[in-house]
Amino acid sequence: MLTIALLGVVILGIAGYVIARQRAVAVSGGETAALHSRPGYHGLYALTVTTLVGIGVFIVASAIGSWYLGSSMRSALADLDPTISGLQADRVLQDARAIATGGVTSAVDALREELSGVFSSVNATRVWGITILTLGGAIAALFFALQTITTEFRARNKSETIFRTILWSTAAVAVVTTVMIFIALIGETLNFFTGVLDWRIDKFLFGLTWSPLSGVHTGEMSPDKVGAVPLFVGTLMITVIAMLVAIPIGLFAAIYLSEFASTHVRAWAKPMLEILAGIPTVVYGFFAATTVAPFMVGMGASLGISVEAESALAAGLVMGSMIIPFISSLSDDVINAVPQSLRDGSYGLGATRAETIMKVVLPAALPGIVSASLLGISRAVGETMIVVMAVGQSANLTFNPLDKVTTVTVQITMLILGDTEAETAAGPAYTLGFALFAATLSLNIIALRIVRKYRQKYD
Amino acid sequence: MTDTTSEPAFDMAKLSAKHTSQEAEARTKRRHWAEFRLKAYGILAILFAAVALVILVYTIVAKTLTVTNEFYLSLDVPIQLTERQSATLTDDNPNTNANLENLIFQAMGVQLEAPHRGRSARPLKGLISTYEGFSLGEIVGANLDLIGGNYHFEALLDDNLQLYMKGDFGRLSDAGTAGPITISAGDSGDQVVISAASNAFGASRIAMREDRAAEGRALRRSARDQERAFNETQEALDDATDPAERNRLQKLLDGFGQQRDQIFARADAALTEATDQRNNFTLRTDDPSVFIRANGGWIKITEMEPERLVGTVMNPLSQFGEVPEGKWSGLLMTSPEAERKISDRQLLWMEDLKREDRIVTHFNQRVLFSSDSAQAELAGIWGALIGSFWTMMVTFAIVFPIGVMASIYLEEFAPKNRLTDFIEVNINNLAAVPSIVFGLLGLTILLSGVKLFGIELFDGLLKVFAEDPRSTPLAGGVVLALMSLPTIIIASRASIKAVPPSIRDAALGLGASKLQTSTHHVLPLAMPGILTGSIIAMAQALGETAPLIIIGMNSFIQDPPGGPLDKANVLPSLIYLWNNNSERLFDGKTAVAISVLLIFLILMNALAVVLRKRFERRW
Repeated sequence: MLTIALLGVVILGIAGYVIARQRAVAVSGGETAALHSRPGYHGLYALTVTTLVGIGVFIVASAIGSWYLGSSMRSALADLDPTISGLQADRVLQDARAIATGGVTSAVDALREELSGVFSSVNATRVWGITILTLGGAIAALFFALQTITTEFRARNKSETIFRTILWSTAAVAVVTTVMIFIALIGETLNFFTGVLDWRIDKFLFGLTWSPLSGVHTGEMSPDKVGAVPLFVGTLMITVIAMLVAIPIGLFAAIYLSEFASTHVRAWAKPMLEILAGIPTVVYGFFAATTVAPFMVGMGASLGISVEAESALAAGLVMGSMIIPFISSLSDDVINAVPQSLRDGSYGLGATRAETIMKVVLPAALPGIVSASLLGISRAVGETMIVVMAVGQSANLTFNPLDKVTTVTVQITMLILGDTEAETAAGPAYTLGFALFAATLSLNIIALRIVRKYRQKYD
Repeated sequence: MTDTTSEPAFDMAKLSAKHTSQEAEARTKRRHWAEFRLKAYGILAILFAAVALVILVYTIVAKTLTVTNEFYLSLDVPIQLTERQSATLTDDNPNTNANLENLIFQAMGVQLEAPHRGRSARPLKGLISTYEGFSLGEIVGANLDLIGGNYHFEALLDDNLQLYMKGDFGRLSDAGTAGPITISAGDSGDQVVISAASNAFGASRIAMREDRAAEGRALRRSARDQERAFNETQEALDDATDPAERNRLQKLLDGFGQQRDQIFARADAALTEATDQRNNFTLRTDDPSVFIRANGGWIKITEMEPERLVGTVMNPLSQFGEVPEGKWSGLLMTSPEAERKISDRQLLWMEDLKREDRIVTHFNQRVLFSSDSAQAELAGIWGALIGSFWTMMVTFAIVFPIGVMASIYLEEFAPKNRLTDFIEVNINNLAAVPSIVFGLLGLTILLSGVKLFGIELFDGLLKVFAEDPRSTPLAGGVVLALMSLPTIIIASRASIKAVPPSIRDAALGLGASKLQTSTHHVLPLAMPGILTGSIIAMAQALGETAPLIIIGMNSFIQDPPGGPLDKANVLPSLIYLWNNNSERLFDGKTAVAISVLLIFLILMNALAVVLRKRFERRW
C-alpha cells in the first residue's frame, strides 16, 4: 500500500511534467519564444515540486504514523492488562503484530489475539492516513506548480535551484551515512555501558575473560565476563601475521614493478595482482578453511608440532595474501609519484639502481608507504569473512599463532547470528562494532594525516 | 717544456688504482650483489602472489570438477498404485503430489534381493535421495497412462553414495587374489570358513599391518602425553606439602599411571600385531574391509589367519565348495567402515549395481538450476543467483544516480569551503569503514529501529516497504549501496575531472546554465569512466558477504525470490552457508558457487575494461 503511495507520487510527478509542458505552450499561445524558460523547464519544475512535496509528506507522515501505531498499541495493552511492562510488553506487542501479519510468534493467547485485532485496525488507519496525506500533498503541490505557469515565470532558474539542492543533498548522503553508523552503534553501546557494565568501561577494555553469553540463560550478563582483551589480542595477532606477509611482499612487488620490471612483465603482473585484489573475501575464507588450514595441520603433524585447525597462522597468511595487492598498488602509486629528477640525480652521482631505490626513492615515498600500510592494517582489523570461516569462536588469551584464537569481527558475527535473543546479544556486539569503527577510523585519519604532513612537494 | 720534473696535480694512476684495486672490485661486486638481491626479492614477491593465485584457482577448479556429474540408479519400476496414491494423482488440485517411493523401494528390493520394508530396509532406502518418490509421482501424475505398466525410472543417489561413486571413500582394490579357495559353512548362520593358498590376501595383510602400525604409533603418542602428565604430577607431588593436596595429587598420579600403562599395553598389542609374522588379524569396524566375491555372492572377512579365513556372507552365494583361481576375487577397501558414511552392505550393493550397469551418470545441471536444499544432492545455486541479481539491481538503482549526482556536485558546483572539505574527508573515511559495520548499520537503521536508553527514536526505515524486510534483497541492496557509494563517487569524480575545462567554457559561453553544461556536456563525456567505475564497484558489492549475513541473508531459503521484497540468499552468503555444512558433497557444490561468482566477477571486470578501452577519451 505504502509502496503504491510512493508510486502514485512518481506518476503524479510525470503527469505534472506533461501537463505543465502543454500548459506552458498554451500560455505562450504557440510562441514558445515568448516564454522566459523553455516549456520543458516548466514541466521539470512541476515534476520536482510534486515529487519532492509528495516524498516529504510521506516521510513526515510515516514518522507520525509509526509513533501513533506504537503509542496506541501501548495504551491498548495498558488498558487490557496493566500488569505487563518492560521487555515482556515488547514481546507481547511483537507477537500481536506477528499474529496480525502472519509471522512467527513466541506464544498465542487471548490477550495477544485481541491486541492483534487492535493492531490490524490501527495499522489500517495508519497506512490509509499516510497514503491519503501523501497523495493529497502531491496533488496540492501539482496544482500549485501549474498555477505559477506564466510567460514571465523563471522556471529554469527555479528548477535549477531545486536541482542544485538535490545535488547537494546527494553529496551529503555520505555524511548522513556516517552519522547513521554512529547513531546505530552508539545506542546499543550506551545501553551496554550503562546496563551491564554500570560505567565500568575498564572491565570491557581490560578484562581478560570473554564469555558474554555464558550467564544469559540464568538471567544477567556478568560484567566480569565481557573482557575484550582476548579478542583484541587475537585480532592483533592475525593482523600482525597478515602484515608480516603483506607489507614486505607488497612493497617488494611494487619496487620491482615500478623500477625493474620490463613492460612485458608489468603487462601480466599488474592484472594478476588486480585479480588477486578482486577475489571476494568469502572465497579467501573458503580457501583458508578448506586448503590452507588442513595443510598447516598436516605440516605441523609431520614436524611434531601441534597446530590447531583454526589457528591464527592460517587465517593470517591468507589475509596477508589478500592484502598484498592492496599494499603493492598503493605503494606503486607513491613510488611512481617520486619525480624522475631525483633518480637521475642519484644515478649521476654514481649510485646503482638498488642504492637509488633504497636511499632516495623509498625515503621520498616513505609517508605514502606508511599510510598504505596503515590502511592495510585497518583492512586486516576489519576483515570479517576470512576469520569467520577460518578461525574459531573460542576466546583464548594466547600469544601462540598456532593456537585457536578469535577476533572482534568473528564475535560480532557470531553474537548477531547466534540463537540468543537479539536484545541481549546486541549489547556486546554493537560495543565491539563501535570499538572496531573507532579503531579503523582513527587508523584512516592517521594515515591521511601522515600523507598530508610529510608529503614532499617536488614541483 | 722546462718544468717536466714537477709533480702533477693528480696522480691518475693512484686514483684509478682506487677503482681497480681488489678492494674496489670487492666493493663493486657487493654493490651489484645488493642490486641483484633487491631484484630477486621483487621477483620472489611477485612469484608468491602468482603461486597463491594459482593454488587458489586450482583448488576451486579441482573441487568444482568433482561435482560436474551426478549418479542415478536406473530401475524398471512397476507402477502399481495403492488406492490413495491413485486418488491423489487423479485429483484436480495441482498442489497435491503423490509419494511413490514404496514402488521405487520395491523395485530396488527385487533388484538387490533385499528387504524393502520395515527397519531392515533402512540401508536399502538410504541408497537414493529422499524426495525421489515425489519425482516419480510427478512423472506419473503428468502421464496417467503409465499406471499399471513398467516405467524406466532413474533415481538420484543419496549424497554419500554420490561421494562413493566419485571415489571419495576410496575404491576397491585387489586384496591379493591367488590360488584356489575352498568355502565351507561355518559354526553359525551366515558364518563361512575359507581355506586359501598361503600367498593369497597378501595386499590385505599389508594393509592390516599398516593399519595396526599407525594405530600403535598414535596410541604411543597419546601414551607419551599421559607420561608427561604423570611426570608433571609427580613433580608437583614432590613439591607439595599440604596433606590434602598430596592426597589429591597422589590420586591424580595413580590415574595417569594407570591410563599410561593401559594405553602402552594397547599400543604394544597393536604393534605386535603389525610385526607378527603369523599374520593373524581380527577385523574390526575401524579396520580396512576385506571382501571375497565368488559364486555370485559376497563374503566379508572377519578373521584372518594364514591359509584360513572366517567371514560372513553378505550376499548369498549360489554354492559353497572349491572355487578355482580366476573364478573368485579378493577385494580390499582401505577406508574402514566406521570412518566412511556408507556401510559395507551398501558398498557391495553399489558394486553389484555398477556391474549390472544400473548406475548411470548425467551432467550435473541441478547444482546450477535448482535452489538450496537441506539434502546435499539436491542443493543448487539458482535461488542465490536470483537473489544476487535482485540485490544488485537495488544497489545499482540507488547508488548510481546518487553517486553521479554527488560527484557532479562536488566537482562542478561545490564552493571551496569547510563544509565541502568535510564532505570529502567523510567520503574518504567511509570508503575504509569495515564492511561488517555497514551490516550493523543496516540491521539497526533499516530493519529493527534505533533505541536510545529504551526510547524508540525511529522504527526500521525499510518497514515502510515490507512488513519484515529482514533477509530481503531490498535491505541487502540498500546496505551495499551505502557501502559502495564512496567507491563510485571517487571514480566518477576522477572521470569528471578528466573532462577538459574548454568544454565547459564553450558551453557556458554559448549561454548554457551551469546545470545544462554539466548534464549536457560534461556528464556524457565522463559517462564511460563513470560506468567503468560503477561496474567495478558493483563487482565488489557482488562479492561482499559480511554485511549481508548480518542482515539475515544467510538464512536457509528454498525458493528463488520473485522480487526485491521476497526473502533471499545471495551467492556469497550461500558459499558461507554451505561451507558451514558438514555434508561433504557441499564442499564441491560450494566450489561451484564460487566458480559461478568468479565468472560473473570476471565478466563484469572484462566489461569494464572493454568500456574503458573503447569509449574513454584522452584529452
